[in-house]
Amino acid sequence: MSGTFIGMPAFPVAARDAVRDGTLRGNLRHATHTIRAKRAAAVAEVSDWAELREAGRRIKDHTLRHLDRYLVQLEEAVTAAGGTVHWAADAEEANRIVTRLVKETGESEVVKVKSMATQEIGLNEALEAEGIRAYETDLAELIVQLGEDRPSHILVPAIHRNRGEIREIFAREMSEWGRPAPEGLTDAPAELAEAARLHLREKFLRAKVGVSGANFMVAETGTLVVVESEGNGRMCLTLPETLISVVGIEKIVPAWQDLEVFLQTLPRSSTAERMNPYTSTWTGTTDEDGPRNFHLVLLDNGRTDTLADEVGRQALRCIRCSACLNVCPVYERAGGHAYGSVYPGPIGAILSPQLRGTGSEIDASLPYASSLCGACYEVCPVAIDIPEVLVHLRERVVEGGQVTRAGNKVVLQPAKGHAAERAAMRAARWALTRPGALRTGQRLASRTRRLHPRTLPGPGRAWSGTRDLPPVPAEPFRDWWQRTQGGKGAEK
Amino acid sequence: MSSRERILGRVRRALADVPKDDTPYERAVARDYLREHGGRTVEETVGLLAENLADYRAAVHRTDPAGLAGVVAGLLAARGASSVLVPPGLDEDWLASTEVTRVMDRAESTPHELDRVDSVVTACAVAVAETGTIVLDGSPDQGRRRITLVPDHHICVVRVPDQVVSSVPQALARLDPARPLTWISGPSATSDIELDRVEGVHGPRTLEVVLVG
Repeated sequence: MSGTFIGMPAFPVAARDAVRDGTLRGNLRHATHTIRAKRAAAVAEVSDWAELREAGRRIKDHTLRHLDRYLVQLEEAVTAAGGTVHWAADAEEANRIVTRLVKETGESEVVKVKSMATQEIGLNEALEAEGIRAYETDLAELIVQLGEDRPSHILVPAIHRNRGEIREIFAREMSEWGRPAPEGLTDAPAELAEAARLHLREKFLRAKVGVSGANFMVAETGTLVVVESEGNGRMCLTLPETLISVVGIEKIVPAWQDLEVFLQTLPRSSTAERMNPYTSTWTGTTDEDGPRNFHLVLLDNGRTDTLADEVGRQALRCIRCSACLNVCPVYERAGGHAYGSVYPGPIGAILSPQLRGTGSEIDASLPYASSLCGACYEVCPVAIDIPEVLVHLRERVVEGGQVTRAGNKVVLQPAKGHAAERAAMRAARWALTRPGALRTGQRLASRTRRLHPRTLPGPGRAWSGTRDLPPVPAEPFRDWWQRTQGGKGAEK
Repeated sequence: MSSRERILGRVRRALADVPKDDTPYERAVARDYLREHGGRTVEETVGLLAENLADYRAAVHRTDPAGLAGVVAGLLAARGASSVLVPPGLDEDWLASTEVTRVMDRAESTPHELDRVDSVVTACAVAVAETGTIVLDGSPDQGRRRITLVPDHHICVVRVPDQVVSSVPQALARLDPARPLTWISGPSATSDIELDRVEGVHGPRTLEVVLVG
């Protein structure tokens, strides 16, 4: 996936600094709690939420089960409407296609509307390497880009920054990229937004090439849909002469009518609004209205591998609303960066290890970055059973087994790091079935309690590195029970 | 092998477990969700539209056909607008009472030219009461998508009750997917800074909706 995240350590290591950062935790707690309460109110407003959720689940499942057919239908419809369809098997191919398309226009800069897919493939870095500058135009993405930072949330990528930090970044960096921040900029949100407006407007008005993703693609009509709030999306979709949209193949819905479900569930789940300020739909090109050239790049990049997993494929239903992030106790404390991918939170914990495979340390650790409390499943507007997939992926990491990578079936070896856990479980089974040995062991542990280390040595170090070891009591519970007759006898 | 064939081949292999006689699309999805939420009279639906538009910080005005030109002229004057963008098919009567300079919506005009115009007046295709949304479909009385985007002040005229529907499902049924559609719910807004809502980042900072009926 994105070059930005290469070499990330495992989740517990990456999260350690975050959970000790008081400012970060304060920012995250404020943001997640605010939006959590608002979402609940927005959902409560529609009496048929359960039916909408079920319809959304079924539309997506049906589409995935016939994905080949709908992809071909979409390609025909987009082409008939004047667009050009490209297919990209992986990130490298997608980047190559987009770079070539931009170069063919003779331009050396593009304006971008926030897109998870282009972040996933590291498009900005790939364009930069070819001498093409990509300007992020979503306010939060701008904050992230100017701060040479990484996004920390799907919907509000700069959720981890407070207004003071944002003012700092604008005042320092804007002049490097174009129009400088106004003199005497304060940290009032309205002033910061105005600075971003002025900074970006000069880019919008001269842009010849726009790059976007899409929230939905309608197979029946070839229509693409972008849902947003600020209008930067509308700028990128309508002012340039050439529009290039990079979209994951799972974003299809079969029919125009299907949008009636998602245009109700997506805004309420994500920003807790009845409707987001702007939704744009376009079907190919329109004479003298909007871009003259439209290219759609259909992206696989691990999606077909995910589709091959009968339990894990439900992750492809995701409409990227981020409701699961806002309710997750783990996300709230660790923040988005620790997940080591553009998809943080519970959905990231199941999506990234499937899109990328569980080969790296971070990907093998992600299925464990959860308390399995189930809150994410409760709020998911397409009913992805995230806990089920987490447990399924944990089993895969520990036990190994057959998976699909780049279209080929391969057998995964059990993860090495879990040998100690398996040994500990075997030892526990042995001791717990032998009362005599257990008693002896417990007494020994109690007597030597002052000598116990704070962390475990050897293979146990990884386990105790992220947990506080429980103190051993001075007396085993069974001994106490016998001595006091279950607490009835005299204490001491 | 092309990437197209490779991806489609991977999809088919990935779905090897799916039975061939799978349920067709028409029967795959139970559409037992509501077509609209709650029963309302026509007047109540229009009232809800006004309420939800205002809740999302659009300014809402109500008038009858005879009063429309006066309202539009008043809004342009209150704004201090010296120029107004006009879609080619806009009802001429709507601007009959104002002296503000008309700028016609032309394909050749550059974004910089649009940026110098103060206001824009358009009609709409449909308005959704439950969500407080107006939808533009690029018809001659609404003009190109960009004219309602670049100027900072948008006045949108909605004919009530003809152009008002209750819900999103009812709106989609009225719209033609082949047209470029823009759904607008309140002015441009962001919540990217500590989730504080701020109006007007890139789109018009002021949206005024005139309900005529």
